[in-house]
Amino acid sequence: MTYTDVLRKPAEARRRRSATLLAGCTLTALIALLAVVSLVWLPYDADDTSGGRLAGPGDGHLLGTDKLGRDLFTQLMTGSRIAVEAGLGSVTIAALIGVTLGVLAAFAQGWLDDTLAAFLDILIAFPTLLLAMLVVAARSATLGSAVLAIGLAQSAVVARLVRILVKRVLAQDYVTAARTSGTSWPRTVVGHVLPNIWPTLVVNLALQFGLAVLAEAGLSYLGLGAPPPNASWGRMLQEAQATFTTAPAGALAPGILLVVLVVGVNLVADGLRDTLDPATRRRRS
Amino acid sequence: MGRYLLRRFVFLLVSLALASVVLFVLLRLLPGDPANALTSVGASPEQIAAARHSIGSDRPLPEQFTHWLGQLASGDLGTSFVSSLPVGPEVAARLNVTVPLTLAAFVLAVVIAVPVGFVAAYKRHTWYGALLSGISQLGIAVPVFWLGMILVAVFALNAGWLPSGGFPLDGWSAPADAVRSLVLPVVTIALVMSASLIRYVRSAALDVLGSDYLRTARALGASFPRAMWRHGLRNASVPVISVLGIELASTLLGAVVVESVYALPGLGSLLATGIAQHDYPVIQGVLFVSTLAVLGIGFAADLAQRIIDPRLRGRLSGGAR
Repeated sequence: MTYTDVLRKPAEARRRRSATLLAGCTLTALIALLAVVSLVWLPYDADDTSGGRLAGPGDGHLLGTDKLGRDLFTQLMTGSRIAVEAGLGSVTIAALIGVTLGVLAAFAQGWLDDTLAAFLDILIAFPTLLLAMLVVAARSATLGSAVLAIGLAQSAVVARLVRILVKRVLAQDYVTAARTSGTSWPRTVVGHVLPNIWPTLVVNLALQFGLAVLAEAGLSYLGLGAPPPNASWGRMLQEAQATFTTAPAGALAPGILLVVLVVGVNLVADGLRDTLDPATRRRRS
Repeated sequence: MGRYLLRRFVFLLVSLALASVVLFVLLRLLPGDPANALTSVGASPEQIAAARHSIGSDRPLPEQFTHWLGQLASGDLGTSFVSSLPVGPEVAARLNVTVPLTLAAFVLAVVIAVPVGFVAAYKRHTWYGALLSGISQLGIAVPVFWLGMILVAVFALNAGWLPSGGFPLDGWSAPADAVRSLVLPVVTIALVMSASLIRYVRSAALDVLGSDYLRTARALGASFPRAMWRHGLRNASVPVISVLGIELASTLLGAVVVESVYALPGLGSLLATGIAQHDYPVIQGVLFVSTLAVLGIGFAADLAQRIIDPRLRGRLSGGAR
């Protein structure tokens, strides 16, 4: 390896990284665009069944119609709005609860620390979907219930991550320095701890966004998500399952959009990790 | 190690006790009256009171709790409010489907993920290394039920090789049919599980490949396979095992969506019906058994990590996370 190679390498790696970020942003923006447009304009009314049952693509319907004669593309647009809402809502709840709990748990010592760690592990092993079912059973099957449940389940994951990250920061000399110079604990957390865990946290929240979208789709597939006529991608897939071989468009399109959105946010997370976190920046290039 | 085992076992029991209290209290906090599930719409207050009395939900909570604990101690999971059948045998019957499903999927996922993840790390600068990472990236984004639908459409509806769903009524006494009906669900879960495992294996392998001890071993003359076998595998397996434990535990109940796609009578679907019907003994029974499994798997994972990595032996829990 020559001297110029050494110089060139990081630059090349940086270009590759920004390509990941760019690809992720493009895919995510595509779905976000559909979601935003669906707020102001839809090709057809949500319960317009004038298209004829299971019509093929074309003839005024870009992707054809479902078994009730509703326009598929219209439902896909509504579905992207629901998916984005589910992702944003869940992640917000997970971040608020998870960061608070995680910071508090990081201050625990001895047996309390062990117990909290084990408790978070048990919570994490408890599947999101089943927690969601409990919440849905207690409330009712709405998008709000689904988002609340997914957010709660994810807050355990966020809390565990934050606990570990905060513990690591608390052991640093600059925290000791801040404390000995008279900074209160709350000020230390806001001024020193949170800014230092922020990059890793943002990356994890982006990953959680994708998982939340998948979980909402799973719930809707089981009939526990947003009630009709709000077409969630999961429910569209469930409705199209019986007619997979006769009308494949309805059983494929929602799944493809789901994959596009989740791959998109995961790529954004990867790109962010490589640009924000100097530790992995060196190793991955 | 003996002292550690003892401490870890006591810890397991304490967690189990805590978990059962939390479980019991949380379930009672849920709104909705199980007596509603037993009586018809428009039942008189007397009928509802009688229904409450028959299932014991009119008694004070501590009494209900000690009653439940007493039952548990004698190995009895209680009786379903709705079907009036004992919960224990029902859970056992469901485990006959869920345990083979989960274990087979788990083993298949590991068999796929370990070599693929290693190659993706070792050959990360080649086109196929990148391709493998890309496929796993895509696999993580695929909803498990959609993959199930596609596999059913291709292998059951189109090709007709395998059943599209269901489980033989006489269960494992018809072994060939039982196995055939589990093939597609196993593959579905394994593919989704391996997609995320590949990423963990890849990053563990990357850590090892860049490590000083591997370079030292090579410098001392060990061949690459030998250095990997003696030093790499041990070190890489510690973080992977803790992920494996979590994956295995969450698949046990998390298979509910796949069970729904393939109409399998598994543990997850039992819990789903239990929740829909406010059938506390069923919910409690399933969750208690799965908590036991989750804790047991965590115990086994911690133990395995300590056998592999002596550096962890001084610590109580958490492994190498």
